[in-house]
Amino acid sequence: MADTVAGASPDLHASGEDPNRRDFIHIAAGVAALGAVGGLAWPFIDQMNPAGDTLALASIEFDLGKVVEGQQVVVKWRGKPLFVRYRTAKEIEAAIKDDHADLRDPATDESRHKPGKAQYLVLVGVCTHLGCVPTFQGGDYGGWLCPCHGSVYDTSGRIRKGPAPLNLAVPDYAFLSDSKIKVG
Amino acid sequence: MSGHSTYEPKSGFERWLDSRLPIIRFANDTIITFPTPKNLNYWWTFGGVLSLMLGIQIVTGIILAMHYVPNADLAFNSVEHIRRDVNYGWLVQFMHANGASMFFLAVYIHIFRNLYYGSYKAPREVLWILGCIIYLLMMATGFFGYVLPWGQMSFHGAVVITNLIGAIPVVGPSITTLLWGGFAVDNPTLNRFFSLHYLLPFMIAGVVGLHIWALHVPGNNNPTGVNVKSETDTVPFHPYYTVKDGFAISVFLIVYAAFVFYMPDALGDAANYIKANPLQTPQHIVPEWYLLPFYAILRAVPNKLMGVLGMFAAIGTLFVLPWLDTSKVRSMRYRPTARIYYFIFILACLVLGVCGAHAPDDLVIPHSGGVQFLDADLDSYVWLSRIGALYYFAYFWVITPLLGLTETPLPVPESISSPVLSHPASAPAGAVASPEKRG
Repeated sequence: MADTVAGASPDLHASGEDPNRRDFIHIAAGVAALGAVGGLAWPFIDQMNPAGDTLALASIEFDLGKVVEGQQVVVKWRGKPLFVRYRTAKEIEAAIKDDHADLRDPATDESRHKPGKAQYLVLVGVCTHLGCVPTFQGGDYGGWLCPCHGSVYDTSGRIRKGPAPLNLAVPDYAFLSDSKIKVG
Repeated sequence: MSGHSTYEPKSGFERWLDSRLPIIRFANDTIITFPTPKNLNYWWTFGGVLSLMLGIQIVTGIILAMHYVPNADLAFNSVEHIRRDVNYGWLVQFMHANGASMFFLAVYIHIFRNLYYGSYKAPREVLWILGCIIYLLMMATGFFGYVLPWGQMSFHGAVVITNLIGAIPVVGPSITTLLWGGFAVDNPTLNRFFSLHYLLPFMIAGVVGLHIWALHVPGNNNPTGVNVKSETDTVPFHPYYTVKDGFAISVFLIVYAAFVFYMPDALGDAANYIKANPLQTPQHIVPEWYLLPFYAILRAVPNKLMGVLGMFAAIGTLFVLPWLDTSKVRSMRYRPTARIYYFIFILACLVLGVCGAHAPDDLVIPHSGGVQFLDADLDSYVWLSRIGALYYFAYFWVITPLLGLTETPLPVPESISSPVLSHPASAPAGAVASPEKRG
């Protein structure tokens, strides 16, 4: 029957002369102050995210004519190395042959390059274990070997041995023309 | 005031902590139950405002230091980078730049309140001197900070201020070279100013701790200047003054926000949007507004060394003020004659500020003049600043000591509570005797 009582429940604030209005203004002021602090907190945190000029430089173009068959060129993209590898027919064949091998992070070689551009492999050159840069053509599979903890990648950049959990990442990129790509 | 603690630990954890590190007891005694005079007016809320401003300056400053580059070739562009590219960088940079002005505005109100109500007098001399040290550190920090954007005004301001040291006989030029780290203000100077600008606020925070400690020994002064006589003269700090300070802070923040969002460059100088050029000085070089009165005193004296000494003496005088004041009555509420000189003093400070912003040879009243007196036109700002400077020093060294001996103060109330109950004029006869009891 408590909901039938008009006015206030006197037992809550026995001493105050107008306790409910005072409570309201205290809570309202406290919430407003919290809202203000919260509103300022976001700008103060967000300032640490990439700035406008950093984002403006987040994509690069690369001329594939700089890479010859059997070679790899490393360019810097978003502060990290980017591997652009011109694979030989033999390396592509080896990669396709292993599509159904026992892979830790299963992926077909098809999914690792753009359609009809099997010779060009574009990868983020950062070992998925702890971020070192793997060395070109190292390891048992002729792909890459990470010098830090011995992770071995094949000619498709897939993890085959060692502690790394994932394949070398394929960045977002697109062919602008037959010989030019835009990364990011 | 620093007497017994009324804190009683409520939970088992609080009891455990209290016997090891009584930090909750400390917080309780200083900001919850601290007995505060019940008659403090809004002029007493600026201590809280200043604490908040120090916090805002430190937080925004740490953020700016994440993006700023203290290098003569890169500093200017890095500030523009903060304003244009960094997420909310415009907000943080404007908060910091205008925050400095708001900090000084609050500290000036705080100081003038102190002068009016005689808060610097015994037993609060150390409290006052610590405040003077904070003010000095603030001016140094403000100056170092103003140099960092490496605009034209930054650079040439740094040149002028560091050259002041060169006025010291014999060792001056060597000290200046030491400060510069070279033969002029250059990259080494910028680097060390950045380092010091980051250091000093934390030193300010340390002295603020001492300032509050020294406040809590004798307790607050109050608008009557009469000592707290009994517990009926006080109320606990919380909620009475937390709420009052909170309201004052809200109003102050509205003014601050108006500057940050609607006129962020109003208090700055357009010349600072031009990258520093050591080969060309701006037409008219002025410091930030809060240093203008001292700049006017510097330029009022035609001799370089004496001008520099005059400027430093203007600040040094504040340190000895408690011993210059001979009046036994604290509050000017009961010193009508002193009040007149006090308001003229405020006027003199404002006039000095205006003089500092003008070129010395400019005419105060346009199209007049022509009366040459000694080295300058009688109607020029240099003469006005001489009058202002003269009054500034006379107020502290002549008027304040003499007035305390010669004036007749109004009857001072018996206690804080009594003027609330009866008008001073109709106070009981016994009240007249209270000036002799040293308020």
